[in-house]
Amino acid sequence: MHTIYLDHAATTPMDPRVVEVMQPYFIDVAGNPSSFHTVGLRAKEAVTEARQTIARLLSAREDEILFTSGGTESDNLAVMGIVKAQRQAILSFCHSRAGGNPSDGSPGLRFATPEDDKKPHVMTSAIEHHAVLEPLLHLQKIGEIELTVLPVNREGLVAIKDVRTALKLSTVLVSIMFANNEIGTIEPIADIGREILAWRKEHITPYPLFHTDACQAAGAIELNVEKLHVDLLTMNGSKIYGPKGVGILYIRRGIKIEPLMRGGGQERNIRSGTENVPAIVGLAKAFELVQENRETENARLIKLRDRLAEGLLKIPKTRFNGHPTDRLPNCVNISFMDIEGEAAMLYLDAQGIMISTGSACASSSLDPSHVILATGLSYEAAHGSLRFSLGHSTTKEDVDFVIAVMPKIVERLRQMSPVNLDMKYFN
Amino acid sequence: MNPITPATTDARKGDVVAPTKEKGWFYTDTVKDHFFHPKNFLDGEEDYKDAYLGMVGSPACGDAMKVWLRINKGTDGVERITEFKWKTFGCASAIASTSMLSVMVTENEGLTLEEALKLRPQQIMERLGGLPNRKVHCSVLGDKALRSAINDYYRKTEQTDKIIVEQGRIIDKVLKITDHDIEEAVLEGADTLEKIQHKTKVGTGDPSCIPEVEQLLRFYKEKYFGS
Repeated sequence: MHTIYLDHAATTPMDPRVVEVMQPYFIDVAGNPSSFHTVGLRAKEAVTEARQTIARLLSAREDEILFTSGGTESDNLAVMGIVKAQRQAILSFCHSRAGGNPSDGSPGLRFATPEDDKKPHVMTSAIEHHAVLEPLLHLQKIGEIELTVLPVNREGLVAIKDVRTALKLSTVLVSIMFANNEIGTIEPIADIGREILAWRKEHITPYPLFHTDACQAAGAIELNVEKLHVDLLTMNGSKIYGPKGVGILYIRRGIKIEPLMRGGGQERNIRSGTENVPAIVGLAKAFELVQENRETENARLIKLRDRLAEGLLKIPKTRFNGHPTDRLPNCVNISFMDIEGEAAMLYLDAQGIMISTGSACASSSLDPSHVILATGLSYEAAHGSLRFSLGHSTTKEDVDFVIAVMPKIVERLRQMSPVNLDMKYFN
Repeated sequence: MNPITPATTDARKGDVVAPTKEKGWFYTDTVKDHFFHPKNFLDGEEDYKDAYLGMVGSPACGDAMKVWLRINKGTDGVERITEFKWKTFGCASAIASTSMLSVMVTENEGLTLEEALKLRPQQIMERLGGLPNRKVHCSVLGDKALRSAINDYYRKTEQTDKIIVEQGRIIDKVLKITDHDIEEAVLEGADTLEKIQHKTKVGTGDPSCIPEVEQLLRFYKEKYFGS
């Protein structure tokens, strides 16, 4: 049976060109970049070259790129590392601004409220990846931070005015993802970045710092840290046809961050551990390839994506999830009412079609997707949500096959279902 | 001698094992068969309006189930289940376990009500060759739906003394609210989840129990008010 892999948002297969450039670093040039001999030096050169490539593509500087073990580590490092390293600084800053006479300040200069110098404040969105949400919820739970989780609208967008409203002098970090992994909605990162810059200028403060998780965006959108006005950016290999287990955290020069791992002092003493040389080389190549072919591949995928969405939405009692246009070129997320996602996923699997669901039954937590729920949909609709994420291998024939088999599967599962939801609650 | 008996292979069948060990998460062939070729599901409810109806779960929690029974009293005076039809909203294990239950209840001329009331999820799982552990509590609801349908039969045949209520069970682990408390609230006139919560605060500390509260609400409303 022909396998139709429509789960590229979960992970992508590797581009053969990426595998090729990685090959020498497994056996022939297998030195430790920290070694002073020739083989070590060759490995170090490879890491340096990879770092330069990535820096160039991000419009960043070489020393601002930090290699990690992937998206989860980069997100954790950004969140935990910034809060820990900046805690004292932001509290002293708030203290210095406390109790002042507003008339002494320049226009707009804000003074800290008595609460501000007790805990650093962090802002994030309700649809973040767990790699950002979980460390933040943990910090909140142990009393280290005050946390604001911004809502999203029904298309999954964060409102810039909400960011503005929630900002305060004690806000040390804002972390908003670039593109969502479940519904594909692209957040207005550059606009939020500008808003934060304006706030800093107006209030004469270096805070807050701005982090974005760009793992899903890296394959489809230009990532220019200057245009985006971000201070930290997460990206990894496993969503861009690169190797798994490798990622980067971009950290703007001069920003202090506390390491999660201590040891041999690699990566400017922020991330100890011997560099994963083949994976780092592969990540740089993969990033280069997806960025070079971005325009052509996006145009191709958008056609297929819209064809698939249009075909599936002809099925009665469906609801499109995500933003109609500000969305990744490869993402289609639809709720099929009255049926449960895991059952649908397995019926599709039997047809050779691999997809994902936001249903609780398919997650280890038994909670349905927090992203779908955050867009205002009910539990019932979240249980019936399916994500089709397209990629390099996807053809028009694949899309047409899915459109052809889906109605039968939905009909079959609805025959078995005792549920008959009223669509007026979902439109 | 080792005083601890090592778990048998059978006992581990339904367990979730580390992803490094193969097969842990996946369903057995029997489960797959019942999932892809479900037995006895009801297509169209028209002909079963007079059947005895049982319900369990809510789609919000991920699993909901309806069961229709036909019960015949034989010449020997024994009541047997002759038909078991169902509809299930849920994952593969929910669909497969209901399908399997329908087979178990109706095979060999059908179970007597006494036998049917004794059926437990473990027996269904055994026939399915095991289920992933975390799937058990949420997806094997068929036996509860079955008991609910049998209660419907007792109610409609005026044998209300036989209606079995599962008593004194703690529903909300945080607030220690039992099914008695829910029953009381219904008797005092609470006929929606909101009203029960207003009276008991159930689910405010442990929201995971809400589907069960909804289920009890339906049960007691049926029992005392017939709707």
